[in-house]
Amino acid sequence: MSNLVPLYVILPLACAFLIPIVGRFIKGFQKALLSLVLLILTILSFHLIFGGLDQPVTYRVGGWEASDGIPIAIYLVMDGLSAFVLLIVNLIGLLATIYSISYIKKYTAENNFYALLSLMIAGMNGVVLTGDMFNLYVFLEIAVIASYALVAFGIEKTELEASFKYQVLGGIASLLILLAIGMLYWHTRTLNMADISGLLANSSHGPFMTFTQILLISGFGLKAAMIPFHAWLPDAHSSAPSPISAMLSGVLIKAVGVYALLRLFFNMFALTYEISLVITVIGTLSMVIGVFLAIGQWDLKRLLAYHSISQMGYVVMGVGMGMILMVQGGDRSVAALAIAGGLFHMINHAVFKGLLFLNAGAIEYVTGTRNLKMMGGLFKSLPLTTTTSLGASLSISGIPPFNGFFSKLIIIVAAVKGGFYLLAVLAVLVSIVTLASFMKFQRYAFFNKSTFSRKIREVPFPMSLSMVVLVIFCLALSLLIFPGVREVMLTPAVDVLMETTNYATTITGM
Amino acid sequence: MTVYYMCFLLFLVGLYGMVTRRNLIKIVISFTIMEFSVFLFFALIGYVENGEAPILTKNLPENPVFVDPLPQAMVLTAIVIGLATSAMLLAIAIRLYKKYGTFNIREINNLRG
Repeated sequence: MSNLVPLYVILPLACAFLIPIVGRFIKGFQKALLSLVLLILTILSFHLIFGGLDQPVTYRVGGWEASDGIPIAIYLVMDGLSAFVLLIVNLIGLLATIYSISYIKKYTAENNFYALLSLMIAGMNGVVLTGDMFNLYVFLEIAVIASYALVAFGIEKTELEASFKYQVLGGIASLLILLAIGMLYWHTRTLNMADISGLLANSSHGPFMTFTQILLISGFGLKAAMIPFHAWLPDAHSSAPSPISAMLSGVLIKAVGVYALLRLFFNMFALTYEISLVITVIGTLSMVIGVFLAIGQWDLKRLLAYHSISQMGYVVMGVGMGMILMVQGGDRSVAALAIAGGLFHMINHAVFKGLLFLNAGAIEYVTGTRNLKMMGGLFKSLPLTTTTSLGASLSISGIPPFNGFFSKLIIIVAAVKGGFYLLAVLAVLVSIVTLASFMKFQRYAFFNKSTFSRKIREVPFPMSLSMVVLVIFCLALSLLIFPGVREVMLTPAVDVLMETTNYATTITGM
Repeated sequence: MTVYYMCFLLFLVGLYGMVTRRNLIKIVISFTIMEFSVFLFFALIGYVENGEAPILTKNLPENPVFVDPLPQAMVLTAIVIGLATSAMLLAIAIRLYKKYGTFNIREINNLRG
């Protein structure tokens, strides 16, 4: 079992290497190879989740055993939370790749596109799996440098400008993270997260550690585009090609931003009240301000990008409430509920926001515009896109029986039970504003009077296939609320975060 | 300890440059300054006063104190990554110059809101 873990990094990396070389000679090689690899990895993730991952699986790169209890090798750790996030990464990656088969034809350098995409997926898989601080930085840079290039892929004025902005802010974030890693190493003389956790538990939390934690929050907050650090996201996510927007919004900000934040603050540092409060406040601000910034947008992809900030706010807020309850010694079952709601909303957001960006791409593909005012009456000519985007819009605004309703419900119930009444009210309010914003999208794009004189035909098969699969997931993920499925997928991930010190003891103990 | 503070000051100098400069190339240069201040920090934390090179030779003193080789290895990796980021930034800056005919970010502002 443990030998399968590095495949998540090796296979996409091999793809990134082979595609530019072999793809030049064999037509269609790049699409086939990347789809196949991601299909294998998705099936492997499902197998790991449903086939029993009772114990965390560790893989030591190079095979170095720990000596005197000090880990030497770089550890790759696969536990409930990693498996959960890996499933999101590879599933959305697979569907975005299938979608790209038709969509990317309008660009010239297909090989480069697929090579960069596989590089980005390799980086994200690495970030999710790694148990080593410096390795985390290396994989993070692999993922984000590939994404810088992909944002600029259209090389028009706006794409280049967005990419430059993204690179400047992303670069600052990376350096803050690197500085924090340096300070951690200075303090503990080790890079292994489990080892650091053990050492930090024995030492007191001085101002030095607080400074390091603040550096990490700002760094990963910038990567996750939480509200004081959000300036790059709407530009970058709206300028990228649509399948890449789906990857960036659906996966990248979760894998390198929120996931890393959760892993470090739950499993590496000891939880403190101040940090939990900061994380909750950042989440709430993102949730509220993000949606109000979104409401005035007329560029479809910009609107969706602002909603990403808002929806990720729900995730961070849910998890932050769980953190506060755990620190204050509140009811642990309520804390578990809040964290479960956060993680549940994370996978839901990946699915419906991925789908919405693919819809936006489909509309842009057939009409050539992203401006909502210039669309209208598309539902007659694009029945499939209309249906799928209706599903996704209902899902993001929290209408039953779609998945978004259940995750928001869990977060709100947890907030009420935990005594965060203000946050519960805000969550409901933001949900209503989201609904209004998506009604605007539906009305202007699909149901207004048509402004197009020429005939518009439905998008090609690979694009519609991805959209249909995603809308099925939008419905199917509602099942996660029921016991039986929940215990298999969600509970192991929540347990990793709830049992904060377990991570360190199981890994250093092996 | 002073040297660490100066290293952090260099970091802030780079950050100041990135925030206030209007020229794309100057932004890239400020970014590189910031980057190298972090590399310098890594080199500093590996240094041990009167330390030996971490190589096992026959004529080592009694109870040798070695400098820490791991930060140096990390700096090498980080420099390579830094090269990739700088190359990417400069490539985009050149493309922007070709499209707009200027390096001034005041004039490169298609994206609003």
